Amino acid sequence: MLKNFFPNRILSLNNKIITGLAILMVFIVFIGIVYALVISPPDYIQGDSVRIMYVHVPSSFIAIGCFGFIGIASIFNLVFKVKFVSLMAKSVAPIGCIFTLVSIVTGSLWGKPTWGIWWAWDARLTSMIILFCFYLAYILTWKFMTRFEKANKTTSIIAILGLFNLPVIKYSVDWWNTLHQPSSITLTSAPTIHYTMLIPLIIMFFGMAIYSLIIFLMGYKTEIIKFKLDKKNTINRKNFKSF
Amino acid sequence: MLGKKAKSRIYILILSLISIGIIIFFILRSLEENVVYFFSPTEIYNKSDISFGKKIRLGGLVKEGSTSKKETTINFIITDLKNEIFVSYSGLVPNLFSEGKGVVAEGKLKDKKYFVADKIMAKHDENYMPPEVKEALDKSN
Repeated sequence: MLKNFFPNRILSLNNKIITGLAILMVFIVFIGIVYALVISPPDYIQGDSVRIMYVHVPSSFIAIGCFGFIGIASIFNLVFKVKFVSLMAKSVAPIGCIFTLVSIVTGSLWGKPTWGIWWAWDARLTSMIILFCFYLAYILTWKFMTRFEKANKTTSIIAILGLFNLPVIKYSVDWWNTLHQPSSITLTSAPTIHYTMLIPLIIMFFGMAIYSLIIFLMGYKTEIIKFKLDKKNTINRKNFKSF
Repeated sequence: MLGKKAKSRIYILILSLISIGIIIFFILRSLEENVVYFFSPTEIYNKSDISFGKKIRLGGLVKEGSTSKKETTINFIITDLKNEIFVSYSGLVPNLFSEGKGVVAEGKLKDKKYFVADKIMAKHDENYMPPEVKEALDKSN
């Protein structure tokens, strides 16, 4: 399974797979949107504004999941010095960054009709902003540090530091008083979302996850080609062949 | 299986992760007062260093049957089921503001029992369901 993500394998990856995934994504997102906007009922107290949830919650999940991946990949990268892992993390970062932004913006749009305000500096919202800052720092470090070895190390450290923010985001609503409501979907107990609303939420999550996978595959391919073409990496290229 | 170098890197990493974790824990602990978005009535009762002139936020449930409207002024009681504080506010309340539901009020304390708000926010809970299900639930209770 993991072997398929090795550089030489990913380069020979047939474009048909990406096209197939794209068709699947369009199909799932279409069903998800129809379900979320038409079939699913309005909420008993929020009314139709609850439909923002079908974009807000999946993008938050993906934003946090992507950073979790980057953080764990960075630990692997620092300990075992496997280079393709850091290229994977590098190509995941923009996806997570965009979804963090989507989560923040949709959350703000949702806040106005429900809470009565666009923004509140409570623990959940602030920690999401911090996550966004970590994404920016990570991406910009890759961009502006030209030497691969150096950038690789620095970005890994940034990502590992950012990893501490993830439990803070997750548990902020339980540890402190926040305006944001507690989690509806938890590992320990049954979801507090009625199933007619949970189904479109899950469909939308899968649609957006497949979208992220497509963007990741495209970005990862580009990163590998860029890495191999970079003249400064002649020494690294030898190491690369050993995969 | 692991090389000597990789092993030492793991030890360094684990050590630094634990120490950073402890540092962050203590930072968050000491910032507790600033991290919480609002205080509950009980927390305000137990607070000794209360500043009456300073803006604070008070949160809890709107007590059932406690709201009364007089022209543009709305009075209600915020409760956390242990203690309660009387709140007075003039202005528009958010749509989701209702009795028995969560609310956060921003404003100043006049004394430990009386709060003058200049902003009201509705806090909603983690339950989502269609209206029909809510009706059925209410009936069965």
